[in-house]
Amino acid sequence: MCGTDSKLGGMKALILVGGYGTRLRPLTLSRPKPLVEFANKPMLLHQMEALVEVGVHEVVLAVSYRAEQMEQELKEEADKLGCKLVFSHETEPLGTAGPLALAKETLSATDEPFFVLNSDIICEFPFKDLVAFHRNHGKEGTIVVTKVEEPSKYGVVVYGEQGKIQSFIEKPQEFVSNKINAGMYIFNPSVLKRIKLQPTSIEKEVFPYMADEGQLYAMELQGFWMDVGQPRDFLRGMCMYLTALRQKNAPVLHNGPTTVGNVLVHPTAKIGQGCRIGPNVTIGPGVVIEDGVCIKRSTILRDATIRSHSWLEGCIVGWRSVVGQWVRMENTTVLGEDVIVKDEVYINGGQVLPHKSIASSVPEPQIIM
Amino acid sequence: MLKAIILIGGPLKGTRFRPLSLDIPKPLFPVAGLPMIQHHVEACARVPNLKEILIIGYYAASELQQFIADMVQEYKVNIRYLQEFTALGTAGGMYHFRDQICSGNPDAFFVLNGDVCADLPLQELLSFHQLKNALVSVMATEATRQQSLLYGCMVRDEGTSEVLHYVEKPSTFVSTLISCGVYVFSTEIFQTMSTVFNNKQSDYYSDNTHNTKESSCMQLEQEVIMPLAGTGKFFAMPTSRWWSQLKSAGSAIYANRHYLHLYQSKSSQRLAKSRSKDNPDDTGCNIIGDVHLHPSASVHPTATLGPNVSVGAGAIIGPGVRIKESIILSGASIADHSLVLHSIVGRATQVGKWSRVEGTPCDPNPNKPFAKMDNPPLFNQDGRLNPSITILGCSVTVPSEVILLNSIVLPYKELTRSFKNEIIL
Repeated sequence: MCGTDSKLGGMKALILVGGYGTRLRPLTLSRPKPLVEFANKPMLLHQMEALVEVGVHEVVLAVSYRAEQMEQELKEEADKLGCKLVFSHETEPLGTAGPLALAKETLSATDEPFFVLNSDIICEFPFKDLVAFHRNHGKEGTIVVTKVEEPSKYGVVVYGEQGKIQSFIEKPQEFVSNKINAGMYIFNPSVLKRIKLQPTSIEKEVFPYMADEGQLYAMELQGFWMDVGQPRDFLRGMCMYLTALRQKNAPVLHNGPTTVGNVLVHPTAKIGQGCRIGPNVTIGPGVVIEDGVCIKRSTILRDATIRSHSWLEGCIVGWRSVVGQWVRMENTTVLGEDVIVKDEVYINGGQVLPHKSIASSVPEPQIIM
Repeated sequence: MLKAIILIGGPLKGTRFRPLSLDIPKPLFPVAGLPMIQHHVEACARVPNLKEILIIGYYAASELQQFIADMVQEYKVNIRYLQEFTALGTAGGMYHFRDQICSGNPDAFFVLNGDVCADLPLQELLSFHQLKNALVSVMATEATRQQSLLYGCMVRDEGTSEVLHYVEKPSTFVSTLISCGVYVFSTEIFQTMSTVFNNKQSDYYSDNTHNTKESSCMQLEQEVIMPLAGTGKFFAMPTSRWWSQLKSAGSAIYANRHYLHLYQSKSSQRLAKSRSKDNPDDTGCNIIGDVHLHPSASVHPTATLGPNVSVGAGAIIGPGVRIKESIILSGASIADHSLVLHSIVGRATQVGKWSRVEGTPCDPNPNKPFAKMDNPPLFNQDGRLNPSITILGCSVTVPSEVILLNSIVLPYKELTRSFKNEIIL
């Protein structure tokens, strides 16, 4: 896996992990967000693997809190990938640009350009194309942009034919463009001169100046893109990811009499008889699905159990949770770690905190403390 | 010789029982596998020397014909339906058919309101009647202070059991002792009725306004029984056995549960047995608590039923289905892995796979002694549907994988999605 392209060797990357991942609670109450498995792989590993693939050998994780569990687990994973992992701790939140200044020493050790990624995004990570595009225009920075249906919710990027960025418009009322910042960048180390070690927004306080000087280009992303930082989008992103997987690497998807559409099943998971799993379902390691269960558009995390005759749609079931018989869960129900849902219970859009036992139905969306 | 009368009213009554009464007369709605008034017939047929049961109401005779024939066949007792030409009131019908009732000179006759569900101590009530040498004896039960206002309230002499005061649905508290709507009358009651009737007739013709109310209409409680209080002819026998009225559809689940419970001691052959684990040839399903399965119902061995479930003739219960606290009517089918809770599934209604049909029970508060079934209005003060049991009318289609929560679906609807707290016309 190492050295697939010798020219890219020695590149570095900074991943903006940030804070406690509150948007992905209750999952992030048990596990730091970078370790939450997306399609059976910790979220951060999707990015790290793609980076290593293009020859990145050192990754800086910008975090604003300490989590020993995360550091240890991620270091082990990084070792397996043959990649050096550096944790850069912010003593105060430094926004989206400040962490670059904090990691200046590492990032400016060579003249090679470096990647900066937002940790919440899932896509097909076109890093090789990004490097080529960046080297081709020869300017200071490139940001990846993606097409969205409703650009008025985002910061829109306006650029010319060659990709040279003209302006940024935050939440435009009138349509100007449907391309938005996808949260992936590549910069020459010279960009670090623009950033002070203080809370700074890269989108608002760095990019506009770079664009004014003609130093910033945009590269259009091919394929899907999703910010999976909250449960609803986590599930949406999973559907997109599995669809892409079908085209790229179909054999890893599960094929069997009980599955429908794109379904990812860990080899150690067990699925009973008369089930209907899918479309768009991820089943984690050690999961037990008993007989006659129907699951659609959901993620079942490690060691969870779904007992017979239950029906789930649009759910994330936390690690080691047990869902009873004839349970119905839907509408972005998220069970934290080790939650027990008793037989015959109905949960509609419930967010259940870890270690809870649910004995009566939750017919309207609510948080169960 | 004894007789019994079951008062069943007519199609204009029992609107609170809709949509279940839309395709079947309310008195024939099956509770614990038997038409409501079959429980009355059965209790009467157990009384020695009871020679005839007369059912009085104004349903078309054709609607009851089959039922009557079945009852004669099953209980070997003379049963007839006497159809009123119009709604004559509870006593008006009895008075109209007095010759039929008195023919053969019965010593006394029972009168049972058709919408009562109870463990009826008819023999005890008869002995009480004879002991007191009463004209009218009524079965009485306790209610809470608040709920007593919805019933006929009585003040009883503790020593003699005579009813000293009777008032129907008082607006202020009178007594927690209420009438069960179950009586024994001596045939002399027709003399009392005759006086009431003649007074009404002369009032009617002397009244020049000629109001349109049927002149032969007579209410048993208000016009016949109430004036008898304090005359030394009217006695009340309190009972602590189970008693309820079946007014709204919601109370059918409650009545179903209690009748099933009574089967334990009275007719245990009507209760289904769980599959025995030792006998691999046993094709029964898993049974929890009291469950009645019609012999022609087909239940998959992996289904789990109970407690308090009745399944009607020809119903099909699929693999992995779970049913609890519900009534499944004849010809209905529930497909694989579906769940039915606190609901009534109408005749020939079909429920798809992995669906959830769920209602909210409105049982009497078990922590309040003598609490009765509440019959809350359909809508609350904000105009929203009060949570109740879920009722699917006949021939409704429920698709796979949906939820129906606290909803009422009128007959012949083909649903295409989930519904919560709605009435679907």
